[in-house]
Amino acid sequence: MDLSFSAEEEAFRGEVQAFLKEKLRPELSAKMKLGGAPSKAEMEEWHALLNERGWLANHWPKEYGGAGWTPVKKFIFELESELAFAPRIVPFGVSMLAPVLIKYGSDAQKKHWLPRILDGSDWWCQGYSEPGAGSDLASLKTSAVREGDHYIVNGQKAWTTMAQHADMIFCLVRTSKEGKRQEGISFLLIDMKTAGIDVKPVITIEGGHEVNEVFFTDVKVPIENLVGEENKGWTYAKYLLTYERTNIAGIGGSIALLGHLKQAARKRKKHGKPLLDEPYFAARVARVEIALENMKTTNLRVLADVAAGGAPGAESSLLKIKGTVIYQELTSLMRRAMGAYAAPYFPEAADEGFNGQVGPDEALHAAEDYFNHRKLSIFGGSNEIQRNIVSKMMLGL
Amino acid sequence: MDFKLNEDRRMLDETLTRFLADKYEITKRNEIAYSEAGHDAKIWQEIVELGIIGALFTEDEGGFSGEGFDIALVFEALGKALCPEPFLGALLAGKALAAGGAEHAAMLEDIVTGAKIGAVGFEEEASHYELAHVVTKATKTAGGYELDGVKSVVTHAQIADVIIISARLSGGVDDATGLALFAVPAGVDGLSIRDYNNVDGGRSGEVVLSKVKLAANALIAGGEAAFDLLETLAGYAHLALSAEGLGIMEVMKLQTLEFLKLRTQFGVPIGKFQVLQHRMVDLVLEIEQARSAVINAATLSDDAVVRGKNLSAAKLTIGETGHKVAEEAIQLHGGIGMTWEMPVSHYAKRLVMIDHQFGDEDYHLARYIELSKS
Repeated sequence: MDLSFSAEEEAFRGEVQAFLKEKLRPELSAKMKLGGAPSKAEMEEWHALLNERGWLANHWPKEYGGAGWTPVKKFIFELESELAFAPRIVPFGVSMLAPVLIKYGSDAQKKHWLPRILDGSDWWCQGYSEPGAGSDLASLKTSAVREGDHYIVNGQKAWTTMAQHADMIFCLVRTSKEGKRQEGISFLLIDMKTAGIDVKPVITIEGGHEVNEVFFTDVKVPIENLVGEENKGWTYAKYLLTYERTNIAGIGGSIALLGHLKQAARKRKKHGKPLLDEPYFAARVARVEIALENMKTTNLRVLADVAAGGAPGAESSLLKIKGTVIYQELTSLMRRAMGAYAAPYFPEAADEGFNGQVGPDEALHAAEDYFNHRKLSIFGGSNEIQRNIVSKMMLGL
Repeated sequence: MDFKLNEDRRMLDETLTRFLADKYEITKRNEIAYSEAGHDAKIWQEIVELGIIGALFTEDEGGFSGEGFDIALVFEALGKALCPEPFLGALLAGKALAAGGAEHAAMLEDIVTGAKIGAVGFEEEASHYELAHVVTKATKTAGGYELDGVKSVVTHAQIADVIIISARLSGGVDDATGLALFAVPAGVDGLSIRDYNNVDGGRSGEVVLSKVKLAANALIAGGEAAFDLLETLAGYAHLALSAEGLGIMEVMKLQTLEFLKLRTQFGVPIGKFQVLQHRMVDLVLEIEQARSAVINAATLSDDAVVRGKNLSAAKLTIGETGHKVAEEAIQLHGGIGMTWEMPVSHYAKRLVMIDHQFGDEDYHLARYIELSKS
């Protein structure tokens, strides 16, 4: 029984910490710490720094320009990045499309698209969900009909994160209505500048713009943009779900947020004493801290299994459920800690030179952050879908 | 990182689990646990001969391990079988005697070999788990000490050869100073025990000390050391009880899962209903979290604050998850889960009653918060 990382892994952790200290701009991490969303330029800046170090595509095989990290190294990198309030690597190109291209793409596709993901030439977004296909993804209707050298795509994608920034979208489209629903789906790469694509913002509950609707009207897509075989897209999409998801609980983010919360609750006063010492509040903090400490070990247990050659199956689903619930609770406590100051709302806070804030620093995004993170238990397979997965795969029900 | 059992532990686990499954088949276990003795002296001797108690103690103490992970392993196995034998008493009395030095070495050896049975009496009528709350009075006499007071719900008191008692030499009722720990031998004049069965099986007793005269060498710890030792002993109890609770939950998980697959209603196994599936998944998830809590506690960190926080976190997690698992397992079984005949009902009782030993969920939440301040 050994809960610690090996000497080599610890040395690597030191390397990551040194990198973060040297390269992560303090203004950017300070903004992230207060719940601010990084701009497109800031995300691109961070990608470029990571790419320069060879760490952007850290889980890709080395032959494709990746770092070939083990799951443990990848976990350590993500943990430390979250603890330092660094921007997350935007997953769509690096972590979602690339593994599919590497496994199922043609040589030409790999040669063309992979370097462009690394150097930031293409910003990718993901076209999976539709208004009528959420948890039931296989019911998707967006169609692609072959006409000569092209597919003609018609339909609508929903919840497309960062489509407003994207150059490209990888889409699941219906190429056949025969047989099982899953067997008529194909995986297409589509240039966002093609005529007939229309992106409409969807403003979410807290007022932010992360997601969009993407409309396709007679969009012409060259057939060389089909990944793998026609009607096999479901297999490729599912491959992603079994792909390395050992950090799905995001414990680094939760640990960092807990530290931030305690700091904030120490500064907040009630009866002249720190809110953190107020018994009812302290009890809420203690309970989530204990759940998080347990989660850390649960996560390491899954990681150790994977490192020993196991595949993270339904265990990832357990991590996702608990990890998201813990993070949501922390955002809820931060909102509570701000008292009345959780209410003032400054959507212009992201603008240059904004200094109109009232109340404690942490209040600026506290409520927005809480409302925004309700998404955690909904996206990436809702927590109810995760329970279905565990029930079927782990419990045999 | 490595969460697998090493070869020695795997063998210990297998031997003990197989032995207990054989000896404590549930009907037999219930006969023993609810009997007037509350345990089985013959089986106890057989387990003892396997050398299991030695796993709880270091080589210096006369055992062969004493590591947190071995303590957890033994008690998880005991939990799986709902074993009603006096292992917790052996662990706590043994650790107390070990701290008592040379005067207590002979008794320690007997506890580790299983020749004698130990028990501890720290709880009193109004202490509600607070170790420092001690009304029982110790008076220094010419030849040693005299004890007066009552200790509450002392597990296995009636069969114990020695009971470790906390008593007050000086100070106010709730002071952490002025305490002392004594080894009180069975049968000493002035000691009387009113024993009874527990709702979850096994037997406890009210230990009444009336002018009990002890020799000076009955003292295990006094002064500052007494409360520290009490806390250390309670820490071992937190780990052992948490691991026992984990073992119980693992069994209840399998029992409930099996029932969901077997029980048919509306023409299908009830495990096909999503509302029940999701509740089952939540139990599985919380049990995994509880296992992690026990692992964290079993590290028995050298840092006293970290160790204390981990132990309270584990006992709190087991308390919280334990009553949830007990209640949900009964609910998912439906009416049959309410019956004496079904094993699950006995597992549920023991699991819930663990929260009533050495501090419940609320006690450990408060303790965790206190330790967080240091």
